[in-house]
Amino acid sequence: MSEMRRVTAIRNGTVIDHIPSGNAMQVIRILRINTDRATPVSLVMNVPSDKLGRKDVLKIEDRELDQEDLDRLALISPAASIAIIRNHAVAEKMNVELADDLLNIAKCSFSNCITKNHREPLPQRMKVVSREPLEIRCYYCGRGQEINELIENII
Amino acid sequence: MGNLVTMDDLTNDDIVAVLDDAEKLVPVARGDILLPLLQGKVLANMFFENSTRTRMSFETAMKRLGGSVLNFSSVGTSVSKGETLYDTMQMIDGYADIAAIRHPRQGAAQYSADAVGIPILNAGDGAGNHPTQTMLDLFTIRQAHGTLDGLNVVLVGDLRYGRTVHSLSHALVRFGASLTLVSPASLKMPEEIVSDLKAHGADVTETESLDNQISEADVIYMTRIQKERFPDEEEYAKVAGIYRIEASSLVGAKKGMIIMHPLPRVNEIAPSVDSTEFAKYFQQAFNGVPTRMALLCRSLDVEVPKKVK
Repeated sequence: MSEMRRVTAIRNGTVIDHIPSGNAMQVIRILRINTDRATPVSLVMNVPSDKLGRKDVLKIEDRELDQEDLDRLALISPAASIAIIRNHAVAEKMNVELADDLLNIAKCSFSNCITKNHREPLPQRMKVVSREPLEIRCYYCGRGQEINELIENII
Repeated sequence: MGNLVTMDDLTNDDIVAVLDDAEKLVPVARGDILLPLLQGKVLANMFFENSTRTRMSFETAMKRLGGSVLNFSSVGTSVSKGETLYDTMQMIDGYADIAAIRHPRQGAAQYSADAVGIPILNAGDGAGNHPTQTMLDLFTIRQAHGTLDGLNVVLVGDLRYGRTVHSLSHALVRFGASLTLVSPASLKMPEEIVSDLKAHGADVTETESLDNQISEADVIYMTRIQKERFPDEEEYAKVAGIYRIEASSLVGAKKGMIIMHPLPRVNEIAPSVDSTEFAKYFQQAFNGVPTRMALLCRSLDVEVPKKVK
């Protein structure tokens, strides 16, 4: 518990625990957390963890993650555990799970994919071909997507 | 649903069933027998990119089966006014019963299939897939060898950009083929495809030299080195004409070996080969007709009779 107290508890918001060590910054990006806003975000990196050896923890005040956020989070942090905090107490616990189909989460990185025609109205869509090791391909053009590219191309 | 976007849309049993139908339809494809199985049906040929054989053989296939064809090209139509593929396909959904689509962008066929209710046949999307070509290639191979199982196939030329060899190699390994991939280093088969093929348990060999490959081959599949893919003339000149088969190259070839080419050819196969027993590329071009007939019937849920007469 003492490790968790490196930053103060929050009143309302979300705690994301068990982020793979070093990935907290990516989580901030993938959740499109606006770091310019006044909302406090606490970030703990590389702390000891029984489950992961080392882990990162994020506390985001005044924001409750929804299902779409969890789908995004699953891309880089499939073992994360989520606690929604209301009035200093854990109101809800959630686990992330990587869906087979990722709708409108990231744009395809391949320059000649049909989805690069920006006016086309159908959704951006990726399919998870394998989980271990993680392999994600564009549903339309079939190109494999690197995780870093996905984060780069988050919608 | 009768879409054919990639070869994954067909099981091995489906492939064999389509080839069986195509075989029965050969006399219809030649015009020797009239069989209006698709009378009243309309095929939309949606070609957003140039095509000779694919477009024409789809058209012949549909017409020989009593159906009719709408020919669309992106030049001089609403596409040049900025219409989206989605909107164009909505229109076609109302005008036709089935559509064949070729598009320069990869994934366009899957995108179209999701956008409309009519079946979509992928007639080539970028450097992606070209499954109807693969089906006619498989038809040609089976016609010559009587089987698809366990053949020794040599793929030669531009293996990097050539969509026909991508679809074909995937299909061949499903039937236990051994593949020899012959290309210059700059035009090698993409790594992810090679690893997919190997993951399938296929015996895959990569080499830059065509020498010594001819005598062991059951099939030699030549491709054109595509000038338009090279940044400059000099780079192209380095590899252009690097593989060329002449009648004299075929002295040690196995009896029954066949030479295929999706065409057009430039100088990979000398005209002297045309009159040898090995040359099957013009036969292969014709085979596009019965194969596409069988695929049209399958997608439109029309049964090909057991006996065609």
